[in-house]
Amino acid sequence: MPDMRKISLTVNGKRHEAEVESRLLLADFLRHTLDLTGTHVGCEHGVCGACTVMVDDHSARSCLMFAVQANGKSITTIEGLAQADGSLSILQEAFRQNHGLQCGFCTPGMLITLSEHLRDNPDPTEAELREVLTGNLCRCTGYQAIVAAGLDAAAKMRASKAECA
Amino acid sequence: MGMKFFGASVLRKEDPALLTGKGRYVDDVKLPGMLHAAFVRSTYAHALIRGIDKTAALALPGVVAVLTHDDLPEPMRSRRLPLYVPHPAIKQTFMPWVLAKDEACFAGEAIAIVVADSRYVAEDAAAMVEVDYEVLPASIDPREAIAEGAPLAQHGATSNIVTQVPVKIGDTDKAFASAAHVYREQFALHRGGPFFIECRGVVADWDAGTEQLTVHASSQGSHRFKRTFIDLLDLADNQVRVITNDVGGGFGPKGSFYVEYAALAAATMAVGKPVKWIEDRRENFVATQQERDQFWDMEVAVDEHGKLLGLRGRLVHDGGAYVTWGLVLPWIAATSVIGPYVLPNYQLELIVAMTNKITCSPVRGAGRPQGCFVMERMMDRIAHELGLDRAEVRRRNFIQPDQFPYKVGLIFRDGRPVTYDSGDYPKSQQMALDHMDWENFRAKQAAALKQGRYIGIGLSNAVEGTGLGPYEGATIRISTSGKIVVFTGATPQGQSHKTTLAQIAADHLGVDYNDVSVVTADTATIPFGMGTFASRTAVNAGSSVHLAAIEVREKIKKIASELLEVSPDDLELKDGAVEVRGVPGLRKTFRELAYNAVGLYGFSMKADRDPGLEATSYFKPEQSTYANSCHVAEVEVDVETGHVTVTRVLVNHDCGNVINPMVVEGQIVGGVAHGIGNALFERLLFDDQGQPLTMSFADYLLPMATDVPHVETLHTETPSPLNPIGVKGAGEGGTIAVIAAIISAVEDALRPFNIRLAEMPISPEQIVEMVLDAKAANIDA
Amino acid sequence: MKPAPFTYHDPATVADALSVLARHDNARALAGGQSLVPMMNFRYAAPDHLVDLNGIESLRAMDAGARLSFGAMTRQREVEFSADVARACPILIEALRHVGHRQTRNRGTIGGSLCHLDPAAETPAIMMLHDAVVTTQCPAGTRELAMSDFALGFMTTALEPDELLTKVAFDAWPQDHGWGFEEYARRHGDFAIASAGVLLTLDARGAIARLAIVIGGLAPAPARLSGFEAQAVGATPDEDFIKAAAHAASTVEAMDDAHVSARYRQHLASVLCGRALRKALASVRERSLQHA
Repeated sequence: MPDMRKISLTVNGKRHEAEVESRLLLADFLRHTLDLTGTHVGCEHGVCGACTVMVDDHSARSCLMFAVQANGKSITTIEGLAQADGSLSILQEAFRQNHGLQCGFCTPGMLITLSEHLRDNPDPTEAELREVLTGNLCRCTGYQAIVAAGLDAAAKMRASKAECA
Repeated sequence: MGMKFFGASVLRKEDPALLTGKGRYVDDVKLPGMLHAAFVRSTYAHALIRGIDKTAALALPGVVAVLTHDDLPEPMRSRRLPLYVPHPAIKQTFMPWVLAKDEACFAGEAIAIVVADSRYVAEDAAAMVEVDYEVLPASIDPREAIAEGAPLAQHGATSNIVTQVPVKIGDTDKAFASAAHVYREQFALHRGGPFFIECRGVVADWDAGTEQLTVHASSQGSHRFKRTFIDLLDLADNQVRVITNDVGGGFGPKGSFYVEYAALAAATMAVGKPVKWIEDRRENFVATQQERDQFWDMEVAVDEHGKLLGLRGRLVHDGGAYVTWGLVLPWIAATSVIGPYVLPNYQLELIVAMTNKITCSPVRGAGRPQGCFVMERMMDRIAHELGLDRAEVRRRNFIQPDQFPYKVGLIFRDGRPVTYDSGDYPKSQQMALDHMDWENFRAKQAAALKQGRYIGIGLSNAVEGTGLGPYEGATIRISTSGKIVVFTGATPQGQSHKTTLAQIAADHLGVDYNDVSVVTADTATIPFGMGTFASRTAVNAGSSVHLAAIEVREKIKKIASELLEVSPDDLELKDGAVEVRGVPGLRKTFRELAYNAVGLYGFSMKADRDPGLEATSYFKPEQSTYANSCHVAEVEVDVETGHVTVTRVLVNHDCGNVINPMVVEGQIVGGVAHGIGNALFERLLFDDQGQPLTMSFADYLLPMATDVPHVETLHTETPSPLNPIGVKGAGEGGTIAVIAAIISAVEDALRPFNIRLAEMPISPEQIVEMVLDAKAANIDA
Repeated sequence: MKPAPFTYHDPATVADALSVLARHDNARALAGGQSLVPMMNFRYAAPDHLVDLNGIESLRAMDAGARLSFGAMTRQREVEFSADVARACPILIEALRHVGHRQTRNRGTIGGSLCHLDPAAETPAIMMLHDAVVTTQCPAGTRELAMSDFALGFMTTALEPDELLTKVAFDAWPQDHGWGFEEYARRHGDFAIASAGVLLTLDARGAIARLAIVIGGLAPAPARLSGFEAQAVGATPDEDFIKAAAHAASTVEAMDDAHVSARYRQHLASVLCGRALRKALASVRERSLQHA
C-alpha cells in the first residue's frame, strides 16, 4: 500500500490541497498533479538546476524535495513570475531582448535563480552573476546572453525603483 | 523588393511562451488514460540473454504489461532497425533489434519494457524483472578490438571491424619520399555526449479503432521517425503521425531513431492506451548515442618552408556495438582534416571498430572537430619544428580566394566531391589575429612569466560542410482568414526556426514577421522532411521558404491582377494586402485573394489555376556549402594545480548571408561553450568490462557559466553561390575549431616546459604530470 | 530516476524522531536532502522509513559566541550570511562558499553534511580543524564525541541506527587568529578534489604559537596534520616552514579512483596547504595591522 499524505500548500499565490504519495517528488507534483509544466526536470540529482523553484522565498531544487515536504509552504514557479496582467516581468523581458534562451529548457531555473539573486543583490557584477548561475546548466547559449539579460534586468529594475522613489 | 527582416536581429517568436512556462515539451503532453513506461536495461556490456522472468514484475499492483522481444508484434519482431545510411564499404551491418533478442551488446541496452500507472511503479517493476545473463567477454578499446583474437563485440560477427577503407588524394608515397621534413604524431581524441538538458522521450498513442499511431516526440526530425515506424510495422502513410513540439536541445543524437520508440509503439498497441516514456538522466548516460574515441597515427610531409606536401596515417574510430550511423562520423572526420589548406596528397586508412558500447553518433561538430584538431595540431608541430610563427605556417598553406570553387579531391559525406564554394581564409585569419593582437602576445606572455603566471594563445582554422541534402520542404499557405502559415519538416531544438523562417517569408509577402506562423515537424502537415541537424536548416528550409514565398507572391499578384484588371508589374505587397502602386484605394487583402483562390462551390475554376493560395517547395542542394571560421583562444594555466582558465575566445565566423545576427551569435557562443567542454572537461569513461564510469553530472562535467569567458565574435559574410539566399550553416561553427585553439593555447602557455599536446580533452591531472615530468627532466639535464 | 517507496514521518520533536528510528529497521533521517535525495532517486539508498527532521525547531539553534554551536538542522545559508559567525569563525564562511551552489546551501544543513561525511565535504573538514565536539541523542540518552571519534571512515560515522546528531560545537579561536582555506575543484561548487584549512596564532616574536591544519578530500575522513602541528610550535613561519607543511600535507594517504589518482590528490594537498598557510600568515599580519 503506497504511503499517502494530505498536503496543503500555496503555489504562485493559489492555495492547493492534495493527497500525494510520500515519495512523489515536488517537481513531479508541480508538473503532473498541478499541471504546472513550466518547471522542468533535467537530471533528478540536483546538478542541472532546470527544476529550480522558490520555496518560501529561497530557491531550491524541486527534484530534491518531496511534495510532502512542501506542506504549509509557499512555492513560486516560472508561471508565477509574470506580472498580474500576464505581461512579462522585467527579467523575462530582458531575456527576450538579449536572446537569453534558445531551446528554453533551462530557462525556468535560470529565471528563478536570477529573480532571487537580483532581489537580494540589485547591482551585481558580471562575475557575480556567472557565479550564481553555476547552479544552472545550459547547453545552448554558452551563458553569455543569460548574463547579459541578468545585467540588463538589474539595471532596469534599479531605474524603475529610482523612478518610484 | 527590399529585405526588411532578412538580416535583422528581430526578437524571437518562441520566447513569450517559453518565458512564461507555456512551452510544450514531450513530458508536458498528457493524454487521457496515459500510462508510463520504464525499461529493463542490460547490466553487462556483453552477455547472452538466457531467460527473462517477468512474474514478480507483473504481479506488482499498477503494472499493466511487460514486453520482451518475443512479445513484439510482427513484422517489428522480425526486423532489426533499418540502416538509413548504408555504404558498400561496411562489412558487417549489425543493427539492433527493438528489444534485445538473445544478446545484449552494451551496458544499458534495452531488454524489456514495463508499462504501469506511473513512472514510479514502472521503475519498481523494472527492478523486479529477472534477467538470466551469461556474461561474455567485452571489447572496449577500439585499438584492441581490431586486433587478432579480440573478443567479438557481436556474437555472430566475423571480427570487430566494421570497415577498413582508404581515403586518398594524390600520391603520398611520392610526396613523402621527396619531402624535406616528415613529422609523426599520435592523437587521442575523446569527444562526449550531447547532454541536452531535456532528456529524450516519446508519447505513443495507438488508436485501435482507426488503426492510427500518433507519436509525440522530442526529436530532430519527425519525418525520420515516421518512416521508421512505417518500415518496422508495414503501416500505410495515413497510419502514422509524428509531432515534435518544443525540444530541449538535440545536438545530433535526438535525430536518431532509437529502439525505445519502437518499443513504445509496441507497448501502446499491446495495452490499447497511450504510453509515455521519458528518458531519465541515468538512462541518458547509457542509452543516448554519443561520440567517443578516435585514435589517429599520422605523419605530415612538408618542404623546407613548411608547405604541406602530404599527410598520411591511420584512424581507428570507436563505432560502438551497432552501425546506426554507418560511416558518416569517421568519414566526416577523415574529409575535414584538409581544412582551409592546400593538401595535394593525403592517404588515410580509416578503420571503424565495433565495441561493446552504445552506437557512436554525430554530436555537434560531428567528426569535424577531430579532423580540424589533427590538422591544426600538425600545423603547430610544423611551426615548432621549423621555428616559424604558427600563423605564418598556416598563411603559407591557405587555399587562396581566387582558387574557388576549390576541389579538394575527396568525396564528402553527402556523396558529392568536396568542393569549397566560397570563402576568404587568409583574410579570415588576419582579421582574427588583428583583433586579438597576436603580434604582441609574446611580450605579454614574457611579462606574465616574470610574475610566475603561465598564459598562452592558440589559433585554429576550420572549414565545414553545411547545408546537407537531400532536401527540406516548406509549404506556405494563406487561408481564407488571410492568415499565413509556413509548414516545414525542419525540427528545431533551440535554433529559432519559427522566427528565422518567418523573417524570410515576411519579406516576400510584405507583412510583419509576427504575422507569419511557422509550424514545424508535424508529419501530417507536410509529406516529406529530413530534420534539423548538421547545420542544414537555414540552407534547406530557408531556401524552400524563400522559393515558396516567391511562388505565393506570384499567385497573389496573378489573382489580384485579374481582379483589379491591372498588370502584375503594377502591384506591390504591403501589410497583408496587395495594391496598385501609387493608387492606395485599389487593393485586395490576402483574405479576399485566398477566398478567390479556394474557388466557388459548384463553379468551374479557371484552367490555369490551382486551388488555394499556397505553394510548396523542396530545395535540393547540389552539394554542401562550406562555411569557415578562425578561432583564437587565450588561456592561463595554473601549473601547480593544472587548472586551465579560458580567458578569451574570439571566433571569426563566415556563414554566408545571415538571416538573424542575434540568432547566429547565440549559436556560435553556445558552440564555443560546447567546445570548451570538449577541450577541458568532457570525457566518457568505461572500465575494462565496458561498465560506464561516468554516470551522472557529478562525474561528467559540462561547462558552467564560470567556465566560459565572454566570447568575442567577428563576422564575415561570403554569400554561398549554392542556394538562392546565399546562406551557409551556423549551428556547429562555434565548436569545430575552438577545441584545437584551446589546446594550442595550453601548449603555448606551457612552452617553458617544452610540453606537446595531442589529446583532447586534457585534464588538470595530466597537465600537472607533464609539468612535474618536465621539471624532473630539467633537473636531470 | 524515481525513489523506491517509503513511509514518511515528520516528527515535531527529537524524541519523536528517535522513537521512529528505534522502531524501524532501514530508517533514515532526512535533513537538507541535497545528498540523500539524489541517492534515493538513483536508488543507491532505499530507506523503508524516512524521518524528516525539517520540522524540528529545537535542532535549528545557532550560537556564535566564544563557543560556536550549530543545531543539526542549521541551514548552510544561515551560517553563510551570519555576521556573528563571520566575526568569530571566518574560515567556516569561506569554506561554505564552496559547498555546491546557492540552492544547495539554501536547504543543506550543517548536521546533514556531517552525517553524510563525504570525504570531499567542507563542513566536516572545518569541524575537524576546530576539534569540534558532536552531540548525539538516542533513546538511551545523549553522548558527546570528538570529531575524530565521530568520523570513522568512508561515509561512515559513529552514529548508531537509532541515534541522531543534534548539535556540533567548538571554541572559537582567538580574535587575532590567522586563517586560510584553499580548495581545488574542477568547476565552481564541485566536490573538492582536495582542500586545506589552516588556523594559526603567532606569538610576540612572530613564531607559531598555535597551529591547526586539516586536509580534506584525500583520506576517507578529513585529516589533521597533528604531527606537524605539534612540532611547529615555536617555529618561524618562513619559506622552509611552508615547504615542510606542504610536504607533510602530501604524505596523507589518499584515495585512488578512475577519475583522480592518489598521487595527484597528494600533490594538490601540498600545493593547497602551502597556499592556505600563506593566506593564514597574511591574514594575521593584516589583522595585527588593523588592531594597531
